[in-house]
Amino acid sequence: MPMTALDIFKLLAKKNCGECGVPTCLAFAMMLANKQTELTKCPYVSPEAVQQLESSASPPMRTVTVGDLEIGGETELFRHEKKFFNQTAYAVVIEDNSDNESIAERAKKLDAMKYERIGIISGVDLIAIKSKGDAQRFSEVVTLVKENSGLPFVLMSDDPQVVEAGLKVVSKAKPLIYAGNVNNCAALAKLAWQYACPLALYSDDVDELVSLSEIAKSERADDVVLDLNLGAKPLRDALEWLTILRRLSVKKLFRPLGYPVMLNMDNGADVETQAIRATLGTLKYASLIIFGDLDAARLYPLTTLRTNIFTDPQALIQVNPGLYDIGKPDRNSPVIVTSNFSLTYFTVASDIEASKVPARLLVVDTEGLSVMTAFAADKFTPEIIAQALKEYKVAEKVDHRKLIIPGMIAMLKMKLEELTGWEVIVGVKDSSALPKYLRELASG
Amino acid sequence: MVAIPKESWSGKIKEIAFGATDDEGGTRDKKLLLGGETTLPFLAFEGKVSRPAIGMEVIDHVGDDYPHIIIDEIGDVIKDPVAWARACVDVYGADFICLKLLSTNPEEANVSAEDAASLVSTVLAQVKAPLIIQGSGDYEKDARVMELCGDAAKGERCLLARAEQDSYKSIAVAATANGHDVVAFSNIDVNIAKQLNIMLTEFGVPVDHIVSDPLMAGIGFGMEYAYSAMERIKLAGLVGDKMLQSPMIADISVAWSAKEAYRVDAKLGDERERAVFWEVGSALAALMAGANALILRHPKSVAITRQVVDELMG
Ligand code: B12
Ligand code: SF4
Repeated sequence: MPMTALDIFKLLAKKNCGECGVPTCLAFAMMLANKQTELTKCPYVSPEAVQQLESSASPPMRTVTVGDLEIGGETELFRHEKKFFNQTAYAVVIEDNSDNESIAERAKKLDAMKYERIGIISGVDLIAIKSKGDAQRFSEVVTLVKENSGLPFVLMSDDPQVVEAGLKVVSKAKPLIYAGNVNNCAALAKLAWQYACPLALYSDDVDELVSLSEIAKSERADDVVLDLNLGAKPLRDALEWLTILRRLSVKKLFRPLGYPVMLNMDNGADVETQAIRATLGTLKYASLIIFGDLDAARLYPLTTLRTNIFTDPQALIQVNPGLYDIGKPDRNSPVIVTSNFSLTYFTVASDIEASKVPARLLVVDTEGLSVMTAFAADKFTPEIIAQALKEYKVAEKVDHRKLIIPGMIAMLKMKLEELTGWEVIVGVKDSSALPKYLRELASG
Repeated sequence: MVAIPKESWSGKIKEIAFGATDDEGGTRDKKLLLGGETTLPFLAFEGKVSRPAIGMEVIDHVGDDYPHIIIDEIGDVIKDPVAWARACVDVYGADFICLKLLSTNPEEANVSAEDAASLVSTVLAQVKAPLIIQGSGDYEKDARVMELCGDAAKGERCLLARAEQDSYKSIAVAATANGHDVVAFSNIDVNIAKQLNIMLTEFGVPVDHIVSDPLMAGIGFGMEYAYSAMERIKLAGLVGDKMLQSPMIADISVAWSAKEAYRVDAKLGDERERAVFWEVGSALAALMAGANALILRHPKSVAITRQVVDELMG
């Protein structure tokens, strides 16, 4: 539990001297509890107090950096309580016993498995290189993968010698070492410290995982990721343990398990089975998932779901209202109305692009609501559209006076014509029919 | 030894019977129990969990805009709602059917309430699974449709859908008159979900006859809003808010409103597999958020989701 002002007050020097900038120790304690000041401002805190305060101030779950990705750092069980901070990272395995050509090809392919959707690029985040035991070969393959992909790495081997061979090639890229177990934990933790890389710890048993975490800490390997074999346990147990581990870190502040949790599914399961477990893991508390294999037909829905879950519930994702050019419109190009909800904007803009008909897209300020939602909430009224038409000086940019509105809000037509004097054309309901519609419109 | 943190909630989700067998005066071959859990989904280590029911959608008339991937999978029977419903239960193993009477809509085919009721009778006679009877969403017409369909289904303990804030009275009457349950539909809004339950119970619908539909949204189509609304409703119920303890139903057919789920695009992989996974992913999100019943479209989604539920129930 985070310390209350009173808990903190008990640890202070109680001089009420004011040197910290506030008149009393109690006032200072209250500010500390609210994170409005820093402990160093009081010259009189004892070393024991410093230690206690710092450990209570450290976050419930550590944020671990792998390459340029941050994972973990979560503080909640439910996204509506605040938000989930770092989206689940997806890694896919490459084995070092394949031939060089197919390794290079697979590295390139995984690197390219990413999709742009509503302005966000999302896909495979890491490549996990798995050793069959030969250090020399591992180092070659790590080099080969590095040449063919820009993704960060997981180095998979139980053998400290093999791991070190890989680290020598890519330690600067901060790969995740996978994984320390009862036999090799101290040795791998030493390497993790020496090369300043994060370390995964593996055990099938939670108490053993705690001991591993303590060993890693004593070897100064601070950046730890936990694998309780939940990629292989029956689904029901996996979900229970994911929940238990999250509660232990964020509710109980149980330090030895205050780290991000991962699933390793490199166990021969088929792509669909892996994708299902990954879906549950993304919804419930996995910070990193290693796939044996993955295809686009599953990855695309999965990354979309991931984007949804890790969206900040307090912020509507929206684009700036305004008049946007799609293609190179001239003074006769159509003017198309839509809302400023990101999803709506990007959907409609890409459908217009697909039509190859240059157009102007009038993005109305609906406060980030979709067309139908905004309509239902009175945020997409004829007045608001007329106002946008004026504000973005559409009449100065085109010679015609025609406005295409979404089919869903056909009922606004009359009033909008009255208000603006423009001819209002009711478009299709679903913008995916826009390409055909616009082409027909353009050909008269 | 690590101490396992267990939650013990003071509230409990209501258990609602859906479908009546012959000893209860109906003709269903099974009765489903929705809800009844005392903790979050599938966390059997700390409380009682409940198995979510998996139903399938049947539409009285399939229009041109219905996804072809599903038409191709189900085949010709999709043209006949009775045969389609039978296939859902006999071939695909659906726990229940959600019959959507979309053609009763005055702005569409405007099929009469009488014809709709006779379709309901035929479906009930030929398909023995519990049945949801859903109107077209046109408030005035639905009032009449629900009245006649409710009568036609007397004694079967169907779920009548959907009672909304502005139109709950007629459907509540149609349900209570014949012992049916009501689907209380709100719009991704915890307060409205609660308000609606209060209004329905004050109007005389027994609490153990209400199932909430807080509106699921599919992946990429506002899912995050729906997910959190459902999760908040479930948590509020478990904490003890009596008016938020109805089991929840999620209509996953909305997953198909995202065209990217099945647009042909080689970069996004095979569109048939993608579409099924889009629906399955949306279903799993609804389950994790606390849904007690799902309405699905694609037979493969049903099979996969059932398998996952089996594994989660252990
Ligand atoms: C997510 C969601 C919400 C989110 C808002 C998300 C957001 N940023 O908008 C929240 C939870 C906040 C919400 C709230 C409400 N919602 Co809402 N919501 C939805 C939901 C599930 C998805 C909306 C969405 O993301 N659509 C995706 C975007 C891309 O769709 P779109 O903007 O309409 O764009 C499409 C078309 O319109 C068209 N198009 C767009 N522009 C153009 C332009 C041209 C020229 C053309 C031709 C076509 C075109 O193409 C696009 C792609 O198909 C829908 C149900 C559903 N499945 O659709 C209900 C829905 C829109 N909501 C509805 C309602 C009633 C509400 C509320 C009023 C309910 C309430 N609780 O009070 C509130 C109002 C908001 C407020 N008071 O602040 C109703 C609207 C009913 C109606 N007929 O008016 C819907 C349809 C649900 C329902 N079935 O009842 N909602
Ligand atoms: S400086 Fe330290 S001792 Fe002095 S008032 Fe502030 S907290 Fe108290």
